[in-house]
Amino acid sequence: MMQHSGHSNGTERSPVESNGAHGSHGSLKSYVTGFVLSIVLTIIPLVVVLNGLLAGTAAVVVLLGTAVLQFAVQLVYFMHLKEEEKPRYNFMTLILGLVILVTIVAGSIWIMTYNQVAH
Amino acid sequence: MAHSVDRAHSFSPHHEYGHNGHHDLESLRTFGFWIFLITDCILFGTLFATYMVLHGNTNGGPTPEELFEMPGVIAETFILLTSSFTSGLAVLAMNRGNRKGLIGWLAVTALLGASFIALEVTEFAHMVQDGATIGTSAFLSAFYTLVGTHGLHVSLGLVWMTALIIQLARYGITPVTKRKVNVIGLYWHFLDVVWIFVFTIVYLMGVMQP
Repeated sequence: MMQHSGHSNGTERSPVESNGAHGSHGSLKSYVTGFVLSIVLTIIPLVVVLNGLLAGTAAVVVLLGTAVLQFAVQLVYFMHLKEEEKPRYNFMTLILGLVILVTIVAGSIWIMTYNQVAH
Repeated sequence: MAHSVDRAHSFSPHHEYGHNGHHDLESLRTFGFWIFLITDCILFGTLFATYMVLHGNTNGGPTPEELFEMPGVIAETFILLTSSFTSGLAVLAMNRGNRKGLIGWLAVTALLGASFIALEVTEFAHMVQDGATIGTSAFLSAFYTLVGTHGLHVSLGLVWMTALIIQLARYGITPVTKRKVNVIGLYWHFLDVVWIFVFTIVYLMGVMQP
């Protein structure tokens, strides 16, 4: 669905366009931008960890921050989530999924770490 | 099933009337796959949560910092990142109607994926040889389950991509094969995202100074 999102750019969809005779979405530029950004976002945490630049909470924040940013980069530049047509079902499903995901991950970690019966 | 669908549509890719209905059906299928990806995210979420809770329980076995060899892992990461990019280039080639470019970039993506798997299998074999098996400790059980599930996804993607390349060679770019390429592109980007979190949470945090 997302992959058809390019149609939102033009008001009407011509038969030529929907047959994919020319690029309907995503440009080389957006893929290259995404690729460069994701490499940079991989190198940053790598340098931080391998050179021991940061430790403890600060390092965890940088590591998780760059990972989440990279997730966003993939969604926007590779999966074209921003270009989706108006009833944004893909986006809504993603948000619902993320809510469930965060609940499960945070909840499981909390319960299993702090509420163990046997130690 | 996929095969019969292909046959039904491969000879009439350019019919004008009724096209929108068909178009909507294909985008609905893509949406269905998107929902699958979200549920797969939740599956990986549970494995990540388990790993994060258990990674300290090494039971006298090797700890993450003793076990992980970063050069190989870094190579795997950049290989998968690049393959995510090349799968995007495949979709671009498809949108230009360039079948050779499409098949070529898909093949490059599959080769990169195969080298990722080769590196990972080597890494696992190395670890098992050193006595770090799935039964050694809770940390290693969680580790092999999480990283192995991701590896299994990539392997499955390779089989799927090969099948798709064959279909593209036989039927060309039709609305059906187009949707399939879009879907596998999404799958591949998704696997890259999961790997970023594996790389960050398992490997980088594993070798990080406390």
